[in-house]
Amino acid sequence: MTALVSRNAWSLGLIGLLLVLVAMTKIIQPDFGLSGLESLSRAALPFAFATAGMAVVVIVGGIDLSVASMMAVCSVTAAVLMPSLGGVAGVLLVLAIGAAMGAINGALIVLTRVPDIVVTLAMLFVWEGTALLILETPGGGVPGWLRQGIGGYFVIPGLPKALLLIAVIVAVIWIPLRRSKSGLAIYATGSHENAAFRSGVVVGRTRVLAYGICGLFCAFGGLSLVSLTGIGEPVPGPYLLASVAAVVLGGVVLGGGRGGLLGPIIAVFVLRIIRTILTLAGVDPNVTTIVEGTVMVAVVMLATVVTYRRVRV
Amino acid sequence: MLTDNTSQPLLDAANVTKSFGAVHALTNASLRVGVGEIVALMGANGAGKSTFVKILTGALHPDGGEVIIKGKAAHVGSPAEARASGLVPVYQEPSLVPDLSVFDNLRLTDTPVEAFIDFVEKLGIENLSLNAMISALPLATLRILDLARALASKPDVLLLDEMTAALPTDLVERVLSVVREAADAGCGVVYISHRFAEISAICDTATVLRDGKTVGELKIEPGVEDRVVELMLGAKIDLGQREVGKESRIRTVTPRLSVNGITAAPKLKDVSFDLYPGEVLGVVALEGQGQDELFEVLAGFEKPSDGSIEVDGEPVTFSHPADAIAKGLTLVPGDRADALMAERSVRENIALPFSASIRNWGPLRQRHEKSRVAHAIERLQIDTRAQGEVQRLSGGNQQKVTIGRWLAKGVETLLLFDPTRGIDVRTKRQIYPLVRELAEQGAAVLFYTSELEEVPLACDRAVVIFNGHVVDVIDASKADEQTLMRAAYGLSKTESAA
Repeated sequence: MTALVSRNAWSLGLIGLLLVLVAMTKIIQPDFGLSGLESLSRAALPFAFATAGMAVVVIVGGIDLSVASMMAVCSVTAAVLMPSLGGVAGVLLVLAIGAAMGAINGALIVLTRVPDIVVTLAMLFVWEGTALLILETPGGGVPGWLRQGIGGYFVIPGLPKALLLIAVIVAVIWIPLRRSKSGLAIYATGSHENAAFRSGVVVGRTRVLAYGICGLFCAFGGLSLVSLTGIGEPVPGPYLLASVAAVVLGGVVLGGGRGGLLGPIIAVFVLRIIRTILTLAGVDPNVTTIVEGTVMVAVVMLATVVTYRRVRV
Repeated sequence: MLTDNTSQPLLDAANVTKSFGAVHALTNASLRVGVGEIVALMGANGAGKSTFVKILTGALHPDGGEVIIKGKAAHVGSPAEARASGLVPVYQEPSLVPDLSVFDNLRLTDTPVEAFIDFVEKLGIENLSLNAMISALPLATLRILDLARALASKPDVLLLDEMTAALPTDLVERVLSVVREAADAGCGVVYISHRFAEISAICDTATVLRDGKTVGELKIEPGVEDRVVELMLGAKIDLGQREVGKESRIRTVTPRLSVNGITAAPKLKDVSFDLYPGEVLGVVALEGQGQDELFEVLAGFEKPSDGSIEVDGEPVTFSHPADAIAKGLTLVPGDRADALMAERSVRENIALPFSASIRNWGPLRQRHEKSRVAHAIERLQIDTRAQGEVQRLSGGNQQKVTIGRWLAKGVETLLLFDPTRGIDVRTKRQIYPLVRELAEQGAAVLFYTSELEEVPLACDRAVVIFNGHVVDVIDASKADEQTLMRAAYGLSKTESAA
């Protein structure tokens, strides 16, 4: 039990912070209730998927600057294909395309030996152009069930469908992977590439896998985008920097090997709710970003101090 | 011992060659290990040992030759494949993944946990938690875990590369007996170590490498040390003669630098010596005997855990490299990349230390700078065709820049860490007189080199460090290589001190 707590100390701390923030929201705006949580979860959906994808590549020791562009490609592909292809086939196809795009990023990094930040920066532009080729202006459409699928509550009121969707999808993909040898290889590669190589990890394949998973999460992100708006949007949204911020705030160490997916996803909600609070409190939107940045540095610094203390003793 | 010459060897590497560009690291390396046999793989620095190990373990591909494991040509393309074919290495530095638990590291290599725990206990580590994070464990424990993990996978051939270097004595004994036991059970072992005591304790034969070639296979018996040393030395390239009459003239009675009982983790233990102005004091040590820690302490990178340093008779403590530099101690690191600004010009690189000393703010006095730099370049015979960027110079010329900048600035105490590593003979010959000249000008020079034959050419005296201790001080100008080699291997009369 204590081991479980200490292993998830960062996530637990973030949950605490989140609860404090929810309480603060309630104080500032007594009307804030279940519907507020529901719309918060819905708005957080694409951010959460982008963050999950980013977290996986950061854990393997890389970074992917093309997450938002891949989401845009997936969103327009879905919006263009679904009216003719139908919902289920469309979803599956888009997921496959997302995973393939991610794997292409990974393969390019492994094969060309060009640094990941350069490759994925280049791919940011490539995927951006691809999205515009597929759909030049916002348009297309999605079946109604997909739109309804993410709004409202699941069975009992109080459990937003969007929140459940994030939890289930991330859990279904990540938990089996994390427990498998491939998951172990992802952590090993990010932690100490040479030791991993010497332990028999096929480092290149592991990287491609991690980027592929990132692409898959981006596909979910793109699908959630079309579901939210009902149309495909070829211009990438603000998901790249937001996902890096949430990954760092969520306790994943840039450089790899440490952290998980739970922390970053909670961090997405923390960042979203800070924004909500500041909006409700009538704070200048420009000040909002300053506060967000400050919170990020403060939390990461505090957590680093705490973890160091623990190791030193 | 189950050595049986009629059965095929477990490991048979024959005529292995490997080149890196124009450098022939291995020209004809061979190694045979039979069932139940422990073979010491020996060679002086630069003999090609580490390249050979990398090839055997699949980290490098040979250009020619064959590695045969259990009668099958092993195409070891990666450590994973070497492991699968039966050869399991324990590397010089820990190869456990730091951010994973012990248990996850075992999962990574499919190591049976029960067997692993058995070996860990046999090797003398108690109360190990499988959930412990690798990054939280001490170095000695990691070495033991590495070995236990290798043994637990029931290897046909076990390769131990400097396994005992970071271990305390009691653990070394445990390691030796467990390895002997594994061999008696039929495992073949390649044992790499600088310590003759360990080799004569457990090895059956020794294979000696020199200049990339296997030059001998000897049975381990009393007195074999001399033969091994002789084989390791061989005939040497002529590095030139020491200039006659350039003996040191020690001008003061107060040492420039006095080191008293310095101890620094993990390897340096209770080291003392004095260094006088006008002298070049050599440091004779095999790889990893504590010289790295010594230089780090003197340059102010690390604080010693015990002992004191005096400069010109005054006690000093360094808590930052700037403190050491302020006291006139200047380090030329072994890795040129740490010393030079690769993208900047030769002129700027030479001028850096003294322009920094002239002014902190404001424009530099360029004319003054220029004349001194020009003098240094001329003196060093630096090839100036590529002076726009230091990284375009050859390794030897780069090294001349790292030393020459101190010639231009003037230096009180120079700490040279292996300044001739990996550079050509001609440049080496230019570097020795340069070092002597700095001493002539009154500098005190501490000179560590991984090539023993340089010691008589450049040094006045030499301290011998073995296993973290100073075991001898010798008159370097008269010492022959045989003496130096014996001393470096801890074989001289003072061996008991180690």
